[in-house]
Amino acid sequence: MSILVDENTKVVVQGVTGREGTFHTQQMKAYGTAIVAGVTPGKGGATVEGIPVLNRVTDAVDDHGANASCIFVPPAFASDAMLEAAEAGIKLIVCITEGIPTLDMVKTVRFLNKCGAVLIGPNTPGIISPGKTKVGIMPGYVHTPGSIGVISRSGTLTYEVVDQLTKAGFGQSTCIGLGGDAIVGTSFIDHLRWFAQDPETTGVVIIGEIGGTAEEEAADYIAKEFNKPVVAFIAGQTAPPGRRMGHAGAIISGGKGKAQDKIKALESNGIEVVLNLGQLGKTALQVFKVA
Amino acid sequence: MKIHEFQAKELFRSCGIPVPAGAIATTPAKAVDAAKSIPGPPWVIKAQIHAGGRGKGGGVRPVKTLKELEEAARDILSHPLVTHQTGPSGQKVRQLLVEEGLAIDKEFYLGIVVDRKLECPAMLFSQAGGMEIEEVSAQHPELVLIENIDIVQGFMPYQARNFFYALDPLPDRGVLTELSAIMSKLYELFIAKDCSLVEINPLVLTKSGALVALDAKINFDDNALYRQSDIARLHDANEMDELEARASEYNLNYIRLEGNVGAMVNGAGLAMATMDVIKLAGAEPANFLDVGGGASEEMVTNGLKIILSDKRVKAILINIFGGIMRCDVLARGVVKAAKEVKIHVPLIVRLEGTNVSEGRAILKESDLEFSVARDMEEAARMVAEQVS
Repeated sequence: MSILVDENTKVVVQGVTGREGTFHTQQMKAYGTAIVAGVTPGKGGATVEGIPVLNRVTDAVDDHGANASCIFVPPAFASDAMLEAAEAGIKLIVCITEGIPTLDMVKTVRFLNKCGAVLIGPNTPGIISPGKTKVGIMPGYVHTPGSIGVISRSGTLTYEVVDQLTKAGFGQSTCIGLGGDAIVGTSFIDHLRWFAQDPETTGVVIIGEIGGTAEEEAADYIAKEFNKPVVAFIAGQTAPPGRRMGHAGAIISGGKGKAQDKIKALESNGIEVVLNLGQLGKTALQVFKVA
Repeated sequence: MKIHEFQAKELFRSCGIPVPAGAIATTPAKAVDAAKSIPGPPWVIKAQIHAGGRGKGGGVRPVKTLKELEEAARDILSHPLVTHQTGPSGQKVRQLLVEEGLAIDKEFYLGIVVDRKLECPAMLFSQAGGMEIEEVSAQHPELVLIENIDIVQGFMPYQARNFFYALDPLPDRGVLTELSAIMSKLYELFIAKDCSLVEINPLVLTKSGALVALDAKINFDDNALYRQSDIARLHDANEMDELEARASEYNLNYIRLEGNVGAMVNGAGLAMATMDVIKLAGAEPANFLDVGGGASEEMVTNGLKIILSDKRVKAILINIFGGIMRCDVLARGVVKAAKEVKIHVPLIVRLEGTNVSEGRAILKESDLEFSVARDMEEAARMVAEQVS
């Protein structure tokens, strides 16, 4: 099995006629993703890669059975695109767009929660269930079907981790990029809950980075409720303070947000943390084999 | 994006948040001239740089006479100001804010940020103003009050009351009315200008009973600058490192650090992780450089040029995991840069991912001198050996 996306996922690509949208539509199709329609307002009637282009997301749902959306719309229009998808009844929205204003996301996430839609991203490589489908921009070929779940806040760093997992003999059930922005739709905990329910997933790798407290919260949840083995990595152990982290952002979280705090929170809850990324594959071999 | 204190105070003034009378000056003589039309003595002169910790670094000085003012201005303008945020070489001071000195009765803290976890704006208020709010929060968390704001409702009167009735002693009714108005105005400014942080520390109650924003700090959401053209104009390129400024013109994500290993990586997460392995191998990164998940040949060339113009760089590590970015594109960019600028330091390349064999072949066929690392760990070890 896998979580959130599989061979039954029917994708509508919003922003399908743009450069990125067209390129990745072709890439996703080549991977085997079922793309049922594209949407670009004003370009309805055209086709891209043999896929019909529509003016409205609601038509993609009603006439083509779309149940997931992948968004490549420029930042100024991305909120509108997400709201349109949610209103049309799409329950899984993957927003690739980078550079959306934070306050737009505050409003968007509020509405999406009300609609019961799951948002992956924004500023994410997307989500892939290897061998079944990919909804996003990650290179499909580094992934192998298997039983390890991967949840990450980064893009290329995830490819590196997946590559090491594959070389160590571990395929992946589903890999998710949470998104690199301050406000994103889902957290580590959301996906850990879904992985807990997925019998095929036997272990999880979480890849965090400095800023916010998502990793600390995940550590707490894993210690209390999650029964599968976890390997963690935190990027930014040597990042200079003050350059990337917001000033007062650390206040609310009670001074957390530094890589060291995150590593401490994970380790003190009995979670194996890889300090040197080069050794992730080896550590996975120990932790997941023993389990 | 950050702006100067005097710019933040102009924004406060324009939305009705009271600030001290003041003027900006660029020379000691102009500072004296400015002071003549500002109520005083006493006056306060404040160095205008983006870094925090100006007070402790000697960049904020109260003065009692025009002569003292001139001397202090000359002193501050004559050498770089070093604070805990500037790094050891400090930041050159180009502008001074000259302000009236106020007789202070009480100091508050008032700020707004976006809470990433709760996904909403949050207002922070404390009666322990004038100190680093992080320290107050760490030592006396009960003194930092937080109200989460629903973005559709906005800041509500009951939230101001939640703050007030925690104050001991409770200030006069008139002061509370004014405080409530300042809170609402600050929230409106935060939303209208797409701020990521606004801070008044301290917000003072003067002995004559007036509330005044004695300091002002505003950071803006870079992603929203496209719709805030009046704010984008406030950007001061002088506050940026020269190489960082050049990198941002090329759309490269570059941060200068203190070490001597230049690093070029695709993707922010992998770039951070690469810095970490360099440090674990016993060396120090000279920079953080993310050429982007889908970088072009030109961006790679520009990135390498920026690393090479940093005189401290003694070795370069290129770590690329080709996904959307293809390794052959990276290789062509490196070869092109090498033709335009001589690479005078050892170069270690670790390539993996899309079109990796084409990429390696392009590098091999060029007359470039470089070493190949098989994985990240080996790459870090090799580069550390070069600089040890």
